[in-house]
Amino acid sequence: MSMDYYREYILDHYKDPRNYGTLESPDIHSEDSNPLCGDQLNMDLQIEDGHVTEVRFQGRGCAISQASASMLSEMIEGKTIAEVIALGKDDILEALGIPISPARSKCAFLSLRVLHRGLAIAGLEKPNDEDDEDE
Amino acid sequence: MVTSTSNSLAGRTIAEIRKDFPILERTVHGNKPFIFLDSAASSQKPIPVLEAMDHYYRYSHANVHRGVYEVSEEATAALEKARVKIARFIHARQSKQVIFTRNTTEGINLVAYSWGSANIQAGDLIILTEMEHHSNLVPWQLLAQRTGARLEFVPVTDDGQLRLDIYTQLLEQQPKLVAFTQMSNVLGTINPAKAMIAQAHAAGAVVLLDAAQSAPHLPLDVQELDADFVCFSAHKMLGPTGIGILYGKKALLEAMPPFMGGGDMIRTVKLHESTWNDLPWKFEAGTPAIAEAIGFGAAVDYLNALGMDTVRQHEQEITTYALEALQAVPGVTIYGPEASLRGGVISFNVQDVHPHDLATILDQEVGVAVRAGHHCAQPLMDRYDLAATARASFYIYTVKEEVDILVQGLQKAQQIFHF
Repeated sequence: MSMDYYREYILDHYKDPRNYGTLESPDIHSEDSNPLCGDQLNMDLQIEDGHVTEVRFQGRGCAISQASASMLSEMIEGKTIAEVIALGKDDILEALGIPISPARSKCAFLSLRVLHRGLAIAGLEKPNDEDDEDE
Repeated sequence: MVTSTSNSLAGRTIAEIRKDFPILERTVHGNKPFIFLDSAASSQKPIPVLEAMDHYYRYSHANVHRGVYEVSEEATAALEKARVKIARFIHARQSKQVIFTRNTTEGINLVAYSWGSANIQAGDLIILTEMEHHSNLVPWQLLAQRTGARLEFVPVTDDGQLRLDIYTQLLEQQPKLVAFTQMSNVLGTINPAKAMIAQAHAAGAVVLLDAAQSAPHLPLDVQELDADFVCFSAHKMLGPTGIGILYGKKALLEAMPPFMGGGDMIRTVKLHESTWNDLPWKFEAGTPAIAEAIGFGAAVDYLNALGMDTVRQHEQEITTYALEALQAVPGVTIYGPEASLRGGVISFNVQDVHPHDLATILDQEVGVAVRAGHHCAQPLMDRYDLAATARASFYIYTVKEEVDILVQGLQKAQQIFHF
């Protein structure tokens, strides 16, 4: 493992994040932070006919947290609520395509946590206790 | 790794000293030498420390105190001998003023609970500083919540020094307690402890000195400083994890109620009441960390053999070198004071590279271990409007060549993140 960790597509998402920003009147807004490193992320979703029609995220943090948020935003746009609920850590890992050490997993999964928190706030899925799992 | 022959400590070359630390010979990520620049978090351990603990477990282990047989008496003697070594290391008048704790944090909590509950009342003032580690902040917040005491903070200047003018003003409000770090774990700032303690005493306050970062790196004389309480951990000064000490002035310790109840800390126990053991055991409930105490004693022996003045001198040399080397890299911001005012700690950021990404790249590309994050000092991060920094820290085994590799790593990170 070497330069590979920060592959070009990861850096590309970091430097040029997709769906960056906020929505004027989102159906769902949620945010979270990773106090360990000060990563911060918020996400807005527009929902129509059971689909995520628009997504925006904004945040600050390391390349891994911000690139994974950008990738996740691409994954969820246009998907049904059921499809979005089904998204998990494996999907993030597959998109990143690099091994994530336990110390960096909080960065990699921050956006996923914000997404599911938003869906839970909107009553679309049960709040999950994923953070309590052993990793 | 190759080390330059000019480096030497107390007649031994650094290369020789490094041989005492087996971990420094290992590699990471394939065959990269392990460059350990995270001693401020926890230092590595030399063979004499490992051997002292191993010997105890192999040949002298039994529970201490009250054992009326040879091996238990040996174990007790070894534990108490370690206490004496540590007491001498910090120039305490008596070894009974040295109380074994798990670490610095436990020592501070002991004072906050025991001394705090007996001496702090609603409206009382406790003075802290903006550069405290969470361990010298949260216990006082809890005490303030329990008692209704007030907390005030000495601010920090842009270059990482305490605003002593404001400290002087705060003292006019007659605080009951002043608690501060002798050396910042983020900025490396060495605070003028002796003068600050004298000022606090003149204002009628008791002083707790957090020596977690200073005891491993500076000569420490608790009598000369006239500190009332001093706390530090073994694991940052070549010793094992799980043990530290609280030093206290005898009259203060004797007047304090116990912290934790249990075996060893009692004189007599009846069903509804008990009386307390003498110092230091009054504060040492339960079976102590015997092997760790013995290892701590061996660590102190090792540092004494080098001499703390020499340790300080070596670290100042490395820190000066590293500050110059880092300053020469465009896009690097360094936090904290000039070399003469700081210990072997440098917090910095590289433009456009998040410290966590930087730490990952340093680890994977050049085998350099640094810390990244808020360093358990979030209020200080807020003071500088930072989410996180990277931090390199040095010790007796650090050589300039390692600093050079750190700089190469920074340049690699800049290449990778080049926008």
